[in-house]
Amino acid sequence: MSMSNPSQLDRRAAVAALLKNRADTLVVSGLGSPTYDLHATGDRDDNFYLWGAMGGAALIGLGLAQAQPSKRVLALTGDGEQLMGLGGIATIGVARPCNLDIVVIDNQHFGETGMQASHTGRGVDLTAIAAACRFAATATVRTLEEVQRLAADIAEPPHGPRLFVIKVRAENPPRSLPSRDAVFIKNRFRAHLGFAAA
Amino acid sequence: MHSPTPNPEIDWPSELYRVLKAADVRQMSYVPDAGHSQLIRMFSADKDVITNVLTTEEEGIAIAAGGWLGGQRSVLLMQSSGVGNCINMLSLSVIGRFPLLMLVTMRGEWAEFNPWQVPMSRATQPSLEAIGVKVMRAETAEDLIETVEAAAALAYDSDQQIAVLIGQRLIGKKKW
Repeated sequence: MSMSNPSQLDRRAAVAALLKNRADTLVVSGLGSPTYDLHATGDRDDNFYLWGAMGGAALIGLGLAQAQPSKRVLALTGDGEQLMGLGGIATIGVARPCNLDIVVIDNQHFGETGMQASHTGRGVDLTAIAAACRFAATATVRTLEEVQRLAADIAEPPHGPRLFVIKVRAENPPRSLPSRDAVFIKNRFRAHLGFAAA
Repeated sequence: MHSPTPNPEIDWPSELYRVLKAADVRQMSYVPDAGHSQLIRMFSADKDVITNVLTTEEEGIAIAAGGWLGGQRSVLLMQSSGVGNCINMLSLSVIGRFPLLMLVTMRGEWAEFNPWQVPMSRATQPSLEAIGVKVMRAETAEDLIETVEAAAALAYDSDQQIAVLIGQRLIGKKKW
C-alpha cells in the first residue's frame, strides 16, 4: 500500500537496474530527477530528456510508440510529473499501444522544489488509476530485487500499455545533467532512428 | 471594409483532409469540436492515420513531439477554448523546434450564444503569439484550404509551430 513505510530504495540504483539490459529501448525522461537519473546511467542518442513540459513525458512516449511500433518505448518519470498528466493515463489507456511502458520513480515528494509531500505519499495510487484506465499490467515495487525482476518481466512484449511505480527514498542525489539544448537532443534522437535533420 | 462571405458550396473539411493527407500527416489528435466533426470522422475512418482522443488539448502537443521524434507528422484539432490549456506544453514545441500544426476552430467571436466562450476567444491569438507560435487565420473556405496547405509546409518542412485559426463565421452559428 502506498501509505506504508517510506521506501529505502536508492533511485539511481533502481534506474540503473531497470535499464541495465534495455537493448534498443527508446527512453523519454520527465523533468527533474528522472532526467538526471537517466543521464546518470550513461548519455545515449536514444534518450530524450525533458527539462520542462511537465505532464508530457508519457504522452511524448505515446506519440513515439505510435510512430515506431516495432520499438519498445519507456517513459521514465516522477510522481509529480505523472500527477500533472493524469488525464494522459486515460488517453494512453484508450490508445492502447503495445510498446509503451511508463515507469514512475516515486519518492512521494516534489523533489526539485523543496521536497514538499506529493499526492502519492497521501494515498493516491497511480497503478490503480492506470488499471482503471485499462492498462494491460501495473505493479508497485520497493526493493532492488523487485526492480531486477521487473526489468526482466518488461522485456516480454505486452498486450497493451503498462505502468509501474518504483517507490524510492526521498532524496536528491548529485545532479547528472544532460544537455538542455532540446534541438540538439531531438536531432540526435531522430538521427539515431535514421531521420535527417531539417 | 468589405467582409468575406462564406461559400457554402465548398466542402472544406474534405478539402482539409485531402491537404493533410497530401502533406503525409500520419497522426491526428483532438478534443472534439462541432466544427471539426467531419474531419474527425474522416481521420478516424482512415487506417493509415493513428487517431488519439485527448482528455485535454496539451496532451496533443506532447504526442505530436513524440510522433516527430519517431519520424511521423501530426495534426492537432481543437477549439479556441482549448488553446488556453496548451500554453506551458507549447514550451516543448517552441524550445525543441518541433513541427506543430494546430487547427483551431474559433468560438466566442461571431454570433456566439455562450458568453463563457468569449474571454478565451479574445485571448487565443495573443497567448499563442506570446509563447512563440505563429498564428494564421482564415475566414473563408477558399482561404482556409490555401492557408492550411501553406501552414503544413511551414510546420513540417521548416520546423515551425503554427496555429491556423478558423473563423467562427466560416463554421456557422451553433444551433441551440
